[in-house]
Amino acid sequence: MSESKPLPVVDFLKIPESGDPYLEGYRCKKCGSTYLGERTVCSKCFARNEMEVIKLSETGILHSYAIVFRSFPGIDVPYISAIVDLDGGGTIKGNLINIDPDPDKINFNMPVKITYGDALGRKDKDGNSYLSYFFEPA
Amino acid sequence: MSDVYVMGVDMIKFGRFPDRSVPNIGAEAALMALDDAGLGIQDMQALYCGNLGQANAMVGQRILQEIGQTGMPVVNVANACATGATAFREAWMSIKAGMYDVVLAVGVEQMGKGLLGGAGGGDGIPKEGLLGSGTMPCVFAEAGMEHTKEYGTTFEQFAKISVKNHHHSTMNPKAMYQIETPLDEVMNAEMISYPNTKLMCSVNVDGSAAAVLVSEKKAKELGMSRAVKVRASAMASDPYTDRDLVMPDVNACTRLAAKDAYEQAGIGPEDVNLVELHDCFATAEMLHYENLGLCKDGEAGRMIDEGHVELGGKVPVNVSGGLLSKGHPLGATGIANIYEVCTHLRGEAGKRQVEGAKIGMTHVIGLGTACGIHILEKVN
Repeated sequence: MSESKPLPVVDFLKIPESGDPYLEGYRCKKCGSTYLGERTVCSKCFARNEMEVIKLSETGILHSYAIVFRSFPGIDVPYISAIVDLDGGGTIKGNLINIDPDPDKINFNMPVKITYGDALGRKDKDGNSYLSYFFEPA
Repeated sequence: MSDVYVMGVDMIKFGRFPDRSVPNIGAEAALMALDDAGLGIQDMQALYCGNLGQANAMVGQRILQEIGQTGMPVVNVANACATGATAFREAWMSIKAGMYDVVLAVGVEQMGKGLLGGAGGGDGIPKEGLLGSGTMPCVFAEAGMEHTKEYGTTFEQFAKISVKNHHHSTMNPKAMYQIETPLDEVMNAEMISYPNTKLMCSVNVDGSAAAVLVSEKKAKELGMSRAVKVRASAMASDPYTDRDLVMPDVNACTRLAAKDAYEQAGIGPEDVNLVELHDCFATAEMLHYENLGLCKDGEAGRMIDEGHVELGGKVPVNVSGGLLSKGHPLGATGIANIYEVCTHLRGEAGKRQVEGAKIGMTHVIGLGTACGIHILEKVN
């Protein structure tokens, strides 16, 4: 199993046979709302079957965050839980890395970019590795 | 449509009761509310029961097995932290609809300790700490930090809310804790998710609360002296907002329900004498000053800095001690805060009494999202 390709941590993370991983969104052709993952009806304008599949941008800005010092047992702390508005639409949540977990160092609206990497060594019950996404200062 | 009155209402002192069952805890508050109304279970025409932890286990019927099985219809409801308010609202609606004249609403929860929430269940690997955090202290910290981004709200201002609510709880014998927590103690407590320290997180406790709701006809029959009129019962789910896929929006949902509630009551925020709102975390309370219209957008920090939301202030908020110190048994909270407001409107709140209170508001929000707001008015 160890030689096999890692699995995506969430359904909207796509790992093509060749080429780089990317995040997939669904965009409503009527109103432009962007969703993570597949859907057929727009919950903003209620249009049906008007979704187009898009590649989400890999850059964005930091909308909000919290610094987590207490999590569930076995989870390494501290870490930054970040909400990022992607350039061109879509909002996504994840860990902000490669910056001190210190409110004096973190600026709202700072530009960030998405990177991909192993899911902190976590494996499922079958021993599969996973690929995750992270944010880091751009 | 008949007006609806609260004729009896009570809550148990919140605490930890690991040796009791959920129905047993709920039964205690039910009997207290019946006594407060001067009625018996045989007088009730229906029961609306709110509980989250055993939502699939017929808690309402099991309460009746402890206090009297009359065969009345029982509806069990679950709506996250708005569960109690939802049960109360279903009871209210049944009288509004003309179905019944006397009904009982009970909210109950047994909690256990520790963090609630958690990011991304489902298949594969745990997502907590990998794709951010879904723990409640973090989710509400992120919501608070939006306010910081917009208005420069500080860690200290958030912490002051916790100082205030803990202070209020020293005057509430039914609160889990009656302990003063000075500002430095709140700010230096263990950081859970910045900017929420441990003392800025609600307390997980067991508890129950119950209310007897009656029609106007029945209220007149029973006597109006301690009756409290329900001027509004509003509920909303989260309308679409751009970030709500990853960031539960407690603001839009509350604003929607508040607008409806004020319209139903035909009043404005300036007419409200006290508010029990959903301070599940100190960061959350800050947001709701604005969401409920108690101040203009951007002025919430000033509300706490200038003491407007303290007992004795312009509009005291969470004089019960709030979820931060009274405790937050999820299914009970939405009726416990109705108990608190009714107690002030009846002039029976002792040391924490909001003098001259005529109109009060209760607010809860359950992530996912459900917001329940009630406006209550003193009758006599």
